[in-house]
Amino acid sequence: MEVTGLSDKRWLRVLVALFATLLIALTFSGGLSASADSINEDSEWQIKGNVKNDGVPLDGVLITVSGNGFSGEVATDAEGKWAVGVPEGGKYTVTLDESTLPEGVIVTDKEGNVIEPTRDVEFGATKTALSNYFLGVGVREVTSFTDQLVQRLFTGLSFGLLLALASVGLSLIFGTTGLNNFAHAEMVTFGALATLTLAVDMAWPLWAALIGAVILSGVFGFALDAGLWKPLRKKGVGLIPMMIVSIGLSLALRYLYQYLYGGSTRQLPGADGAELKFGAISLSPVDILSMAISIVAVLGVGFFLTRTRLGKATRAVSDNVSLAAASGIDVDRVIRIVWVIGGALAGLSGILFAFYRPGVSWDMGFGILLLIFAAVTLGGLGTAFGAVVGSIIVGLFIEISTLWIPSDMKYVGALVILILVLLVRPQGILGRKERIG
Amino acid sequence: MVDFWQIIQNAGVELISPTTAAYALAALGLAIHFGFTGLVNFGQAGFMAIGAYGYGISTLTFGFPVWGAVLVGIGASVVFALILGVPTLRLRADYLSIVTIAASEILRLIFTTNTLEAVTGSADGLSGYKGGFAALNPFPEGTYGFGPWEMNAYDLWVRVVAWTIVILACLLAWQLIRSPWGRVIKGIREDEDAVRALGKNVYFYKMQSLILGGVFGTIAGMIFILPRAIVPANYATTLTFFIYTILLLGGAATILGPVVGSIIFWVLLSAVSGFVARAQAVGWFDFIGMSSVQAGQTRFIIVGIVLMLLVIFRPQGIFGNKKELAFVK
Repeated sequence: MEVTGLSDKRWLRVLVALFATLLIALTFSGGLSASADSINEDSEWQIKGNVKNDGVPLDGVLITVSGNGFSGEVATDAEGKWAVGVPEGGKYTVTLDESTLPEGVIVTDKEGNVIEPTRDVEFGATKTALSNYFLGVGVREVTSFTDQLVQRLFTGLSFGLLLALASVGLSLIFGTTGLNNFAHAEMVTFGALATLTLAVDMAWPLWAALIGAVILSGVFGFALDAGLWKPLRKKGVGLIPMMIVSIGLSLALRYLYQYLYGGSTRQLPGADGAELKFGAISLSPVDILSMAISIVAVLGVGFFLTRTRLGKATRAVSDNVSLAAASGIDVDRVIRIVWVIGGALAGLSGILFAFYRPGVSWDMGFGILLLIFAAVTLGGLGTAFGAVVGSIIVGLFIEISTLWIPSDMKYVGALVILILVLLVRPQGILGRKERIG
Repeated sequence: MVDFWQIIQNAGVELISPTTAAYALAALGLAIHFGFTGLVNFGQAGFMAIGAYGYGISTLTFGFPVWGAVLVGIGASVVFALILGVPTLRLRADYLSIVTIAASEILRLIFTTNTLEAVTGSADGLSGYKGGFAALNPFPEGTYGFGPWEMNAYDLWVRVVAWTIVILACLLAWQLIRSPWGRVIKGIREDEDAVRALGKNVYFYKMQSLILGGVFGTIAGMIFILPRAIVPANYATTLTFFIYTILLLGGAATILGPVVGSIIFWVLLSAVSGFVARAQAVGWFDFIGMSSVQAGQTRFIIVGIVLMLLVIFRPQGIFGNKKELAFVK
């Protein structure tokens, strides 16, 4: 019996792994299709054109037409001609794939000035629209794969670090109280919104607004604990009901933010800094400052947890509440401090995220909530250092994966990894086996 | 003056609307997961999305008949439940919650991405799949019902099918829960180790429960798209949280609770947001400077607060038994 049980389990695991592979293959295979010189010839509405280099037609240049929910790809014929039938009139985007042009040739206007290979085409009085391409000698600056990789590494690291700030807070709260706090996303948003209010609406200088927002976020964390979570713990509400309370809180807060701040995205001052070039990577001063702040904050939390008395007490509570209480640690005080630290870190993470995106909106935190959960689970639920490691992995993975998969699918990769890791090592990277119960 | 009669009429429409039926069925599936077995499934929106897209894609892309499309959706849902259950059902409850919420978001992102637009319609979603279902309509053209419940033949057909399925699902769930199988899964909720000590394979019972509740969610997803188009934004995690609110409103470990919870939820939501919108229009809320857009957002704030208050003050719901709190420790 035991043997068949095991093989069943293994078989199911293979099934899951196969599915995941399929999923990844599916995302990679997009955009591959055979190309004719014309498609949908019987459609009334036609977009046509030709591609010539100095009067000589070019064969096999890829042209993409998209718009109004339609998308089609053709290659030019021997005369340099192409035609795409579209379902209806209106505006379409035509793109010439420059990688299919001969070396040293790029898209220009009639006068030979270098222009973008993407243009808008609109139907006029007739049902045929023309879009001719002129080419000229020139070289478009193409970023090499290594340069792109290095650039993504840096953005990924920067994203991972700001994610780490939120994850550490969530992980500390989980470790000390056992609560899966879904409203953590709203604590992230709170930091960004507080900065917006202080820096823009009240016109404080940016540095004062940032410090003020982080302090307010800490106060917010304290208020949540004092006003809601502590009474619930005293009432003896279970962990799963508390998790659902946090979902309700998350919904109510999120739409309260939308109520108060509206649905639009607003910018913080200083978000549009000039880009500095460091070899292959271009970074703005804000990026560098943001990374520096994250690293200092993470190191600060590390110092607090390993070197200070209170930090050691926090780890003790995280490890075993009853034992910690028995050895004279004031558990309530530790939890209160964890909420303040968690709130301040989440707020700081929200501020940095507002510069990273860039922009402040009412649901920005909710958008990365699952990534925070993924990072915490990946690193090991309840371990603060695991959360840092998990966040950096998630951040790097998301940014680097966009080299191959479409950017609107970049979060999918991170979530698939989360499920796969649970399959192989459920306790996470730094978690201990007995924690998973 | 606020037109209260109109508000009551609009709320009355929700009483028997197919949306109410779809949420009731999805909540019943969640009752099997969460209320009876103690599985914290946060991916019910994913199961509903599988129903909606399974039906829509097999009808539009592959030209399947209605019964074929329904079977494809149910099959996909069983596979999805297996994928969720295999890595997590042996682990602590919160792992299942994180994996299910992640999986339902993965599905939504896949249905939204531009890469698969030819099949999924990307962010615009799918429409034009209702022909086969409408062709099965036995009711002749005409107007049926009275007052707020006046409807055409298609609407009547949708409502009859939706509520028949809900009633059948309730009967099935009722019979299952009072069977030996139901006693085992309730035992798993109360004390997994005790059930294991009795020689039951807890893992397989949990898996069966996950599949059954998931299939209910999938069928609910199909009912959900009959009066509207398939739009991927509908299947965000907020949908799951609304279903949790409905479930906890009615009572997590009850059969009729999800149905009554769904009716109360939608009637009240319609009444409250109708009242706020109309009262705002005549200036009752001018003293806090509420705009008409803000009036529309208050409903979500109210749902969130109601969910919190329910869990804190009446965790057993309206119909639940205080002794059967239906929360795993």
